[in-house]
Amino acid sequence: MLDAALCVVRRDLLLAWRRRGDVATALLFFLIVASLFPLGIGFEPNLLRAIAPGVIWVAALLSSMLSLSRLFAADHADGTLEQLLLGASPLGVIAAAKAAAHWIVSGLPLALIAPFIALQYDMPGELTPVLALSLLLGTPVLSLIGAIGAALTLGVRGGGILLSLLVLPLYVPVLILGAGSVDMAAAGMGGEGQLLLLAALLVASCVFAPWAIATALRISME
Amino acid sequence: MNWFWYASPQTFYPLAGRVAPWFGGAALLLALAGLYTGFFVAPTDAQQGEVYRIIYIHVPAAWMSMFIYLVMAVWAALGLAFNTRLSGMMATALAPTGALFTFIALWTGSLWGRPTWGTYWVWDARLTSELVLLFLYFGFIALQAAIDDPRRADRAGALLAIVGAVNIPIIHYSVVWWNTLHQGASVSVTKGASMQSQMLAAMLLMALAFWMYSIAVTLVRVRCIIREREG
Repeated sequence: MLDAALCVVRRDLLLAWRRRGDVATALLFFLIVASLFPLGIGFEPNLLRAIAPGVIWVAALLSSMLSLSRLFAADHADGTLEQLLLGASPLGVIAAAKAAAHWIVSGLPLALIAPFIALQYDMPGELTPVLALSLLLGTPVLSLIGAIGAALTLGVRGGGILLSLLVLPLYVPVLILGAGSVDMAAAGMGGEGQLLLLAALLVASCVFAPWAIATALRISME
Repeated sequence: MNWFWYASPQTFYPLAGRVAPWFGGAALLLALAGLYTGFFVAPTDAQQGEVYRIIYIHVPAAWMSMFIYLVMAVWAALGLAFNTRLSGMMATALAPTGALFTFIALWTGSLWGRPTWGTYWVWDARLTSELVLLFLYFGFIALQAAIDDPRRADRAGALLAIVGAVNIPIIHYSVVWWNTLHQGASVSVTKGASMQSQMLAAMLLMALAFWMYSIAVTLVRVRCIIREREG
């Protein structure tokens, strides 16, 4: 069972590595969106410092969402998904593995570049670890919840835009807690509360989301 | 008693047709009674003046908006568990009414907010969760509209409704914490004094009227869906 999961993760990572351009596009999108805000709002340092956590988190949300439609599309097109559904290993495990691979490709890099964007926004240095940690805890939740939406919209007309409509409202708690943890740390109250709640969300979605993703895949592949 | 007798669209269709007018009539009578009590019998609020009377629409609509989502999720779960066709149709039929009440709650809320709070919109926890609820309804409707095969649309929508129902409390509490952590509730919706009995009666009458209206409209809509699908 674990072998199958590892195999799926390794395969998806290999595929992503072979098509590095796709991965880079999502990251560049993150960088560009985060850089657009100062251009629109102005470069007053205090204002930028105040909006930094929210802007970075919204950009991360959008960038993680953009790559969701690729999560199952290729496997669906070439029939791999059908074989995975028919296979002996439980679908929930495979679904979790796919979401994990998506996170490694699209979520983890965000957490790693976010500190550099924080520099653009003149965020105090001691907040950077909080920001990175909140992204590390929050982005896996985005991948797991997003995978439910991706599975539901598989092969559906106008899938991409529909996916955003389904998934973004469900992202609200992650956004609030993620950006909130940095805000709280900035206010000198420590962001531990929000980070712990984010961790709780992560655990809960690890338990429930794979089941929902598997059900959604079965519905879509009927 | 066979609970599944009316689970078949064929047997449910005539039943829905028979009872829908009664629910519709009850909705009309209750709404008339509620509006009369609310506008002519209930006294003017000491602090807010006449403007408070919008709560006779606003509060029942807000109740219904949340309750209908719950009912929708229950139908969805039944549909996934028992694979009954009618459950999915009921969920589909409920969604527009739920979205409508959510919209009415937001709309009347902002009309009430302008004279009382001095602004059409505040990022109050309740307003924000109601807004997210509206997005959830739209997501459900859009997903079902995008899928051509009605059975798949039912099941996909059902899963989405359940995921949404699980998330609603999480969304609500995260918004409450976000709001209180940021600024401390600047505006409290809950009123200090307990409500006068005539006001309460008007509100309950309106809530009942909205219930009856929802049931009637859903039954009519589900009849249309049965016609469309079963020919």
